[in-house]
Amino acid sequence: MENITVKVNGCEISVPKGTTVLEAAHIAGIEIPTLCYMKEINEIGACRICVTEVNEGRGFRLVAACVYPCSNNMEILTSSPKVIESRKKTLELILSTHDRKCLSCVRSGNCELQKLCKDYGVEDASKYDGTRNEYEIDDTAAHMYRDNNKCILCRRCVAVCSKTQGIGVIGANERGFKTFIGSAFDMGLGETSCVSCGQCIAVCPVGAISEKDYTKDVLAAIADPEKTVLVQTAPAVRAGLAECFGNPIGTNAEGKMVAALRRLGFDKVFDTDFSADLTIMEEANEFVERVSNGGTLPMITSCSPGWVKFCEHYYPDLLDHLSSCKSPQQMFGATAKTYYAEKMGIDPKNIVMVSIMPCTAKKFEIGRPDQSAAGVPDVDYALTTRELGRMIERAGILFNSLPEEKFDDPLGISTGAGVIFGATGGVMEAALRTAVHTLTGQTVTDLPEVRGTQGIKEATYDVGDLKVKVAVASGLSNAREILDKIRNGECDAQFIEIMACPGGCVNGGGQPQVPMGIRNFVDIREKRAKVLYDLDASMPLRQSHENPAIKEVYETYFGKPGSHKAHEVLHTSYVKRSVN
Amino acid sequence: MNSAKSTVPFKGTPEQEAQLIAVIDEKKDDQGSLMPILQKAQEIYGYLPIEVQKIISDRTGIPLEKIYGVVTFYAQFSLYPKGEYTISVCLGTACYVKGSGDIYDKLQEKLGIAGGECTPDGKFSLEACRCIGACGLAPVLTVNEDVYGRLTVDDVDKIIAKYA
Repeated sequence: MENITVKVNGCEISVPKGTTVLEAAHIAGIEIPTLCYMKEINEIGACRICVTEVNEGRGFRLVAACVYPCSNNMEILTSSPKVIESRKKTLELILSTHDRKCLSCVRSGNCELQKLCKDYGVEDASKYDGTRNEYEIDDTAAHMYRDNNKCILCRRCVAVCSKTQGIGVIGANERGFKTFIGSAFDMGLGETSCVSCGQCIAVCPVGAISEKDYTKDVLAAIADPEKTVLVQTAPAVRAGLAECFGNPIGTNAEGKMVAALRRLGFDKVFDTDFSADLTIMEEANEFVERVSNGGTLPMITSCSPGWVKFCEHYYPDLLDHLSSCKSPQQMFGATAKTYYAEKMGIDPKNIVMVSIMPCTAKKFEIGRPDQSAAGVPDVDYALTTRELGRMIERAGILFNSLPEEKFDDPLGISTGAGVIFGATGGVMEAALRTAVHTLTGQTVTDLPEVRGTQGIKEATYDVGDLKVKVAVASGLSNAREILDKIRNGECDAQFIEIMACPGGCVNGGGQPQVPMGIRNFVDIREKRAKVLYDLDASMPLRQSHENPAIKEVYETYFGKPGSHKAHEVLHTSYVKRSVN
Repeated sequence: MNSAKSTVPFKGTPEQEAQLIAVIDEKKDDQGSLMPILQKAQEIYGYLPIEVQKIISDRTGIPLEKIYGVVTFYAQFSLYPKGEYTISVCLGTACYVKGSGDIYDKLQEKLGIAGGECTPDGKFSLEACRCIGACGLAPVLTVNEDVYGRLTVDDVDKIIAKYA
């Protein structure tokens, strides 16, 4: 690749041809602010906050750094008075139609707009006040609300929805001053084929999109002496939660998270990793049965409720390919309210099952039909990692100084196979570890072919006499590629893992928001996944079938994987939905 | 949430649908085909209600919201059918200073629809227009081909009654 020379604030650097002004500045150690720009996903140069002065021999002028390519000998000024003044004016204009209720905004403190206003010394937020559009808050979806009064029209949400996820249920309607982000025919999001993945929330720079907050209800349940309040935490939560307390991306929060949950007053602190192991037992068994009895293949995993809803809306003809296993969240709740309730002599009606999830689709999932093994919903509240972060902060718990504590027995016992569920390829790897053992008696652990953040991964394994071809996809537009192949009869894989969010649950829609200035240059999926793979490597038991708590639950309650009882409690069904 | 779905029942015929599908199939693989498809669809149906946009979405794979975004961006596209009578109020400078804005507001209130929409019975549609060259009669409105001038807000009821 040919290199060119540019001067950033007087410092000469060499960059590959085609580098944008924004990237060149980053190489020179300078962050240019952005609001609309998302690398490779939303390169539209619309918000104008990244304007930077460049001179290509005809004098200095302002260009949008995010999309403007460097030319040889270009001079770049990233913070000249003209640049600062222009960015400040842009901020003042954005504020002129922005609902400035920062004190009561969920994003206060980690709002990208708020930070820029502080950085650029915006003193008068009402400088250009005038006509303002007023919007109703859309709370029709089960998992989130949208408040266009706070929207700055950066279109990051629109880009992830249509490009990353291949869905496109939100977009810009009307034009000019009347432009707003909404759905077709101004339907509420709950009426559309939104899959609840929450990737729009993860990228929103402000407080215009947020999950529905159930922290108050959970605290009320904890305060109720009649109720036994159990909490389960998904694998990926421990890889993200520490970020809420100023720790670097990729910090393992497991021990402190458990300690914090105890201090919040939960009666038992359990681990979804346990039911991830349980999922593997059921799913590996279902796979072996489908292979030996001529069942529908390829079989596709059903852990990701965003993916499940996507399949119901967009590929209803392929629903038979979905594993009938409930997701680990639901298996956990179902086991807690049947097996555990019986064992402890608690009426399941008095158990409040709370889950902490890196996910917003889990909020939708708890209300699905056929998810109430004990006659009451398997899970009562699904909170995101962010909601847990807010609860901990509100309770005055000094997270970073907490001791490392351990999960409670028996539903807190898990293996390395359970913890890697949070990364793309993890479910596949965990399932293969157990399937290989079931069929050949051999022990395998590391399967690097299905690890990593690529959108689609494929591998073939020799399992005894069987050649098992597997595929793994994360991000729903990647899933579409595989699903279209199945539709056209071009897919020869037998087992497929699909996760709705790119990189899997570690990058779920319920994880702490990372400013785009960092996300554009750091792969958060990889850093968070490393936490889980490191945990896996450090655990004495790394195969789901070795989990002593799992052995016990089968011996004393379910019998064996795929039993009648297991089907009643741990499996579910799906519905066809339309596209809107 | 207020929905922008038309309250006038959709009366599309199988012939219209066949015509639309032929247009889509002819154009859908071209780059930038959405605009010409929408223009043809509006020619066929007179407007672009959800039923028509859904046919286009299902057949092209373009998300419904994206189509709706384009339809609401361009003034040339309408979500509502034309009524039996189109009331067009001039909001040009001369008419406006003579109070046509109030007449337009009164009509919206009386008919229970916003500008650009059609009453649920399909009788009246209302729109604003710019100068129609009758400034001497300001403020002016037209009902199909009939012109009414030198109006006051009080004339609105009489005009509606004449066509109702």
